[in-house]
Amino acid sequence: MNLGVNIAGVELKNPIMTASGTFGSGKDFAPYVDLNRIGCVVVKGVASTPWPGNRPPRIAEAYGGIINAVGLQNPGVDAFCQDDIPFLRGFDTRIAVNIAGRTIDEYVEVAERLATADVDLLELNISCPNVKEGGVAFGVDPAMAEAVTRAVKAVAGQPLIVKLSPNVTDIAAIARAAERGGADAVSLINTLLGARIDVRRRAFVLSTKQGGLSGPAVKPVAVRMVYEVARAVDLPVIGMGGIMTGEDAAEFLMAGANAVAVGTANLLNPTATMDILDGLVAFMEETGVDDVNDLVGVVE
Amino acid sequence: MCQENRTGRVHCMIVSNEPLAEDVRELVFESPAMADEARPGQFVNLYCRHQGQLLPRPISICEIDRAGGRLHLVYACRGKGTREFADYRPGERVEVMGPLGNGFSLDAAGPENLVIGGGVGTPPLLELCKRLTGRTTIAVSFRSAPYLIDRLERCGEVLVATRDGSAGVRGNAMKIVEDRGLTGNIFACGPTPMLAAVQAYAARRDLPAQLSLEERMGCGFGCCVGCVTKVRDASEAGFSYRKVCKDGPVFAAGEVIFS
Repeated sequence: MNLGVNIAGVELKNPIMTASGTFGSGKDFAPYVDLNRIGCVVVKGVASTPWPGNRPPRIAEAYGGIINAVGLQNPGVDAFCQDDIPFLRGFDTRIAVNIAGRTIDEYVEVAERLATADVDLLELNISCPNVKEGGVAFGVDPAMAEAVTRAVKAVAGQPLIVKLSPNVTDIAAIARAAERGGADAVSLINTLLGARIDVRRRAFVLSTKQGGLSGPAVKPVAVRMVYEVARAVDLPVIGMGGIMTGEDAAEFLMAGANAVAVGTANLLNPTATMDILDGLVAFMEETGVDDVNDLVGVVE
Repeated sequence: MCQENRTGRVHCMIVSNEPLAEDVRELVFESPAMADEARPGQFVNLYCRHQGQLLPRPISICEIDRAGGRLHLVYACRGKGTREFADYRPGERVEVMGPLGNGFSLDAAGPENLVIGGGVGTPPLLELCKRLTGRTTIAVSFRSAPYLIDRLERCGEVLVATRDGSAGVRGNAMKIVEDRGLTGNIFACGPTPMLAAVQAYAARRDLPAQLSLEERMGCGFGCCVGCVTKVRDASEAGFSYRKVCKDGPVFAAGEVIFS
């Protein structure tokens, strides 16, 4: 059975990736899972300088999902290069670094700093709903998405994935803009904007009022968008949004994703990546599929 | 690479699940491995069966029965998740992960210990009290009917307050502490306003204090960065956000910024 996939020239041993911000840099998961079995670890967003993140409360439950407003708390690219890359290189897995920024210059600065770093892929985060400036602003306007992609691609030392926001009317238009800007792959979806109100306190649950909804509740939206994007661009697609089982992963592959990322499931179960990989293999065995790539985009 | 291996979510047999007071229950489950590993002040994640309620409920460990291979949890039935737990019967299984968090440092215990608990902040202090040596004074407050008092009394002098005045002093545990001018190495767990009062008292009297914090948690094992508290540091802002689930829930009183 072949599980290997190719994302923008980078060979992954299997199509299971982690969704940025749900796996840290893997350290918290190493006691629970064999990181060698993950196709690619996509680390939590890294900015040019340390970011403190938002005030608590940052997280709330929603039916079949969670809403978060962490706000990309991160120790900055220098600390990341020093602490996290050597840790992850101790394992036989690919490393993708999610890049956060508030301005084009900030994104470029991180990509420049990483250009000579020992990592395999970059993921440009133009879709985080939880930072006031930048972030999602780049992800909802095709011209801005193209501009930031072009600027980062110009300095990038690794293939560039652009992570798309679902909080748009036409996600295919943003995907095409990223492709014009030179993206080597796209990943989707980031979280859907949502809010929860505590009716006893008559107040928003999260400190930021709104946050990003993720988990199984968003999966049908994500599958639909992956299908649209896969048909709109000639780029590898990384699909994510509420994947909890191997069959969920197969659903994204059939929609047109070349690889999938496990997100919220990691927070609910530290062994989720392994369970989903095992489930995907079982599904392939059961349905007589020898090569995982044969599942990609099989729906018309 | 050397890694400590841990198991994730496991199904554990429920031994008992009895009410202690109105909307407060004690759940006892079997897990020799967890009972062996657990320390006072740690918690476990309980997972709901209802698939719409995905996030774990972090519940602090009340007693560790290492010999019997059991953990005792005390929880308030406040929301949909904990109301689901209230219906669990002995012989059924509950899905658990843990123990999690850092727990109290017993190295800080002295000849005089002052233990301060508020509401469901009291249960995690019981196992601590059992292990403290020296003279221990325990000031605890409840909304109404007190619970666990008989078990706490085996560990030291217990002073009780209730918000409705139905037992002990009317008010909260800090009122007892302030009125009596109690001193000792402080261990506290309870609602944030009470912990802020403990922090101020400890600073005024120059007493060492450990606070077990409460915050809305996501994953419970340090990954989602959802449950954070401000901790003093040398950065420009003067603080950074630390994870309550992993860096805590117990922090030194002097390092926490309540604001």
